[in-house]
Amino acid sequence: MKRFTAWRRRPWAGYAVVLAALAAIGVIYAGFTPQSDRAEAANATQAAADLENGRQLYNKNCGSCHGLNAEGTKDAKGKPIAPSLLGVGAASVDFQVSTGRMPAMNPGAQMPRKKPVPDFDTTIRTDYAEPEKREAAEKQKAQAEKNLADLREYIQKLGGGPEVPPASAVDPKGGDVAVGGKLFRTNCAQCHSFVGSGGALTGGKYAPPLDKNDVTPTQIYEAMLTGPQAMPVFNDTTLTPKDKQAIIAYLVQTREEPNPGGNGLGRIGPVSEGLAGWLVGIGLLVLAAMWITAKKPKKLKKS
Amino acid sequence: MSDNNETAGPVNEPREDGPVRKVGTPSPAEDNTLLAQEEYPAPAGAGEELDEREAKRAERIVASFFLLAFAASVAFIVYFIGWSGRDGGMHGIHRAKESNLWLGGMMALAFLAMAIGVTIWVRRLMTSKPIVQERHALEADTGTRRAFTEAFLEGAEDSGITKRPLLRRTLLLAAAPLGLAPLVLLRDLGPLPEKKLRHTYWGEAVKAAKAKGRRGVRLVVDGTNKPLKVSDFASPGGMITVLPEGIEENAHHVMNEVAKAVTILINVPADQFKPAKGRENWHVNGIVAYSKICTHVGCPAALYEQTTHHILCPCHQSTFDATDAAKVVFGPAARPLPQLPLGVEDGYLIATGDFPEPIGPSFWERG
Amino acid sequence: MSEATAPKAVAGPLNFLDDRLGSTTFFNRNLKKVFPDHWSFMLGEIALYSFIILLLSGTFLTLWFHPSMMETHYEGSYTKLQGVKMSEAYASALHISFDVRGGLLMRQIHHWAAILFMASIMAHMLRVFFTGAYRKPRELNWLIGLGMFTLGMVEGLFGYSLPDDLLSGTGLRITQGVAQSIPLVGTYISMFLFGGEFPEGNYGDLIPRLFTLHVLLIPGIILGLVTAHMMIMWHQKHTAMPTQKQTEKQVYGYPFYPVFMAKTGAYFLFTFGVVALLGAFAQINPIWLFGPYDPGAISSASQPDFYMGILEGSLRIMPNWEITAAGHTLSLNVLIPALLPLGIVFGGAAIWPFLEQWVTGDKRHHNVNDRPRNAPVRTGVGMAAVTFYGVLWLAGANDVLAERFHLSLFATTWFFRFTVFIAPVLAYIITKRICLGLQRKDAAIAAHGVESGIIVMSPDGKFSERHEPASQEQMSVLLSKERAKEQAPAADANGIPAPNSKGPMGYVRSRLQRAWTFDDIPVEKHDHGHDGNGHGGHDGHEVEGREPKQISH
Repeated sequence: MKRFTAWRRRPWAGYAVVLAALAAIGVIYAGFTPQSDRAEAANATQAAADLENGRQLYNKNCGSCHGLNAEGTKDAKGKPIAPSLLGVGAASVDFQVSTGRMPAMNPGAQMPRKKPVPDFDTTIRTDYAEPEKREAAEKQKAQAEKNLADLREYIQKLGGGPEVPPASAVDPKGGDVAVGGKLFRTNCAQCHSFVGSGGALTGGKYAPPLDKNDVTPTQIYEAMLTGPQAMPVFNDTTLTPKDKQAIIAYLVQTREEPNPGGNGLGRIGPVSEGLAGWLVGIGLLVLAAMWITAKKPKKLKKS
Repeated sequence: MSDNNETAGPVNEPREDGPVRKVGTPSPAEDNTLLAQEEYPAPAGAGEELDEREAKRAERIVASFFLLAFAASVAFIVYFIGWSGRDGGMHGIHRAKESNLWLGGMMALAFLAMAIGVTIWVRRLMTSKPIVQERHALEADTGTRRAFTEAFLEGAEDSGITKRPLLRRTLLLAAAPLGLAPLVLLRDLGPLPEKKLRHTYWGEAVKAAKAKGRRGVRLVVDGTNKPLKVSDFASPGGMITVLPEGIEENAHHVMNEVAKAVTILINVPADQFKPAKGRENWHVNGIVAYSKICTHVGCPAALYEQTTHHILCPCHQSTFDATDAAKVVFGPAARPLPQLPLGVEDGYLIATGDFPEPIGPSFWERG
Repeated sequence: MSEATAPKAVAGPLNFLDDRLGSTTFFNRNLKKVFPDHWSFMLGEIALYSFIILLLSGTFLTLWFHPSMMETHYEGSYTKLQGVKMSEAYASALHISFDVRGGLLMRQIHHWAAILFMASIMAHMLRVFFTGAYRKPRELNWLIGLGMFTLGMVEGLFGYSLPDDLLSGTGLRITQGVAQSIPLVGTYISMFLFGGEFPEGNYGDLIPRLFTLHVLLIPGIILGLVTAHMMIMWHQKHTAMPTQKQTEKQVYGYPFYPVFMAKTGAYFLFTFGVVALLGAFAQINPIWLFGPYDPGAISSASQPDFYMGILEGSLRIMPNWEITAAGHTLSLNVLIPALLPLGIVFGGAAIWPFLEQWVTGDKRHHNVNDRPRNAPVRTGVGMAAVTFYGVLWLAGANDVLAERFHLSLFATTWFFRFTVFIAPVLAYIITKRICLGLQRKDAAIAAHGVESGIIVMSPDGKFSERHEPASQEQMSVLLSKERAKEQAPAADANGIPAPNSKGPMGYVRSRLQRAWTFDDIPVEKHDHGHDGNGHGGHDGHEVEGREPKQISH
């Protein structure tokens, strides 16, 4: 046992484990391929189990507002409390749940972005030093990812709708930044501002900031595709996946580029600039004026 | 600065070094000489004597600030010549950042160090004493004024301008048109408004399309020029900025035409859409197009909220209702956004005519 | 230095000039010109020095800037905009930022200096107003200053329009919309300004025109006005704050050479340093983030620079009044906010010195300033104007406020719609009360002295706090307040009413005069002790022997 632990600490151990795992998968896969119907049956069982998991998660987290059949609910006066989820698609579920907007905690003008509920929190940290803790975290994360996938699948099965975009479609490196900038300024900046720092809407609603900690490229794509809350929908036939990738490329580059002129002052434009001019500029110069015009220090004089 | 602690503050604090006098002080606002000049009999600026040890210390401090300023300006030049130009000069955002930080930082340091040095010098080493000066009366005495008036009138008399009204009047007459000439010269600053503000490129494009036997002009996405099919834009809650097809290639002044023709296309859920009277067939299943130019002062009004169907202008927050012919709901705009008549041809969304009224801000002749 | 022989390097040029201009007489008279010291007197200097910075940095920028609206495709080193269609003006501004060494710094210094220029003019004007330094004989300089401020606004607007980025283009769009709304001639003004339709006209004339106005005409006028402003100030001598040694006839302070010269030199360096500091460490107007101007694009939080904020705010909170009659449209929703608030503030500031003279009948020269508390109506009106301006300023940022503090956007608009009327009135009342309270305090100190903190027991067992007479310095500050007396009865000895008290105007004048004076509190030195508080010396003149240290500030 001791020797094994020592091995595990070798620099090559990680690669070895990965290789071994790959080999094992290959063997298992090879073992399954000839008996394809058995595998299919197993897959089907697995899929049914996943769907059931999705249904249970739905009932636990979403059903109370959106109704047991995801048909939406209304209050006594017929005013909708929660919209129907039929046809919203996996993309919508993924956006709402992975950004923590759903399940909603309390009704307000707008559902804020927050930490996802533990069942779906795929952002938990796993870089613990202690192996047990790390293992547990990794397991939890994997479970959260599976939960999210199952829930997506469940809603998708109920009424169809836009699917989660593949990773290649949201890769910022693949987009045309120039086109993305033009499209962003024409269709997005009016709410989210030039640099994606957000802005005010009516009735206490707001366009959220699009900073690195706020939203991932996949979530940006999903938001455009599904139009969460007050945001309009930009479907794939209006803004093609290529256009969306361009917008993502523009946004990611913008938020990652440094401020060459110094502190960005929140990148919100002339309001913070004017404030800085008065507080820092005039403030420092008034202090200087007070110093210059203050009485001469007395101790210097020969008395 | 250590010497700042006890001395900073406005100088209208009591001057402790002021002389003590025995009389009640009359208001300085009254016109009397308050200050006894004999208190400063020395010639103006005669030096105070300094404590030589303190002065030496101050001198060293000032000198070190000047040296710091020297070092900073040298660093500025050295950075510029020796480092900022490496690999073929400054290119791109990272080098711009570096260069801004170095050049700006060194410049600020040089100026501030010099400023601090001079200030300490003034405060600690300059020995001039405060002095008093008379404020002289500004106005001339009556004699001078009278003398001037007399001279002036005499001159006028001598010149004959008072005696000969014909000369005076014809001179004025001659000058008047000359004064107007520069105004006339400004006429060609620009063309007359005519009807330019009443039409947009949509009208022109529809006319051209009809000449080719089509019913209207297609709507293309601003930025990608993709023509839109009805089926492309079928998602309720959708919004996109569109232009008439061909505007970039065919319009005479593209920017000017885009500034008038830019339009937002919105897919309002058909069950919530209330078409205005006489415009029942201007929409396609709730797909509706409004001018993007706000009727207040012309910003692009484009914040479409798909929950409330409000269109908000980000400049001055005029708010329009997309379901109700873009009626004004809030804010300083007085008129709804003009609506573009839409139709379908070969599955594509088309505009079947120009905006029925001038787009954008109001103007006097608009009516 | 009894036998004064100037070193050759000085004497040579001096004599050269003197032989030709007779300049030494002037130099000799002015070398020791006295400048009174007060920190607030340096606010105007910030404006002067920022203006110099603006001229220098602006000249640098013109070396690379192309004032042209010709279309081009950007091929510079800022990757995100490569291949984007834009005007040459915008492309050259990007070139200055990213391909000219020190270009970004100069751009930022230029913009920060503009912000400081306008901010310091505002601060300087407030100082002049609240201390009454605009009074006769300085009304002309007040008007010149006001003119420079107005020109500064226009200069700034044109300047930030030049790079032709999306934010500045939005500003131009609004300017055009406002111009177009002017009755009768609006469309003509707009067409003539742009050389055709917005934004490019027929030949892309706008940016070249703005450029010429921005770099030549307006700075030229400002430079002329600055010169006049300084020469008048020099000739009239600076005002002074009321301290012991300042009188209407005399000015007390340090000589121009060497002290004031060194001080103002240091301040010049400080201004340069602070602007460079801001330019190095605080990013301003990042045009590369805004993108090129595109008439169909817009960003949230599109604000003008702060000095235009009052216009922006008024436009935002104005209700949507518009009159359409007889085939014509009158856009009150644009005209009123564009003209009225600035008209009130600037027009009011311009006529104020003359109005005050008319109301108080005070036509004397004033060289010693008022303390703000000693003119409560003026201070109150000033604060009301500041509040009015400030509320509209905030209203111009209502979307940023709504977004940062998660308020309802319309609620902020409604809030400002009411506040813009209520807050100035409140500010007037509160300020005036505070001023009167401070006057009472001054009166008490002048009459009874300052509280010494020493409790004394009188022979009959009463305790009381001993009051020490105020120091002479303090007394001269306190007593600088004039008794605001109502004018003599509006009729002369023969029963003929004074010409300025007749008719409705005379009535208005006497009412205003009453408002100016009726609750004035006399600040006087009493000759006798009161309330049993033992004075140090019973004779009010007898202040000798006090320790100046006893007045703590």
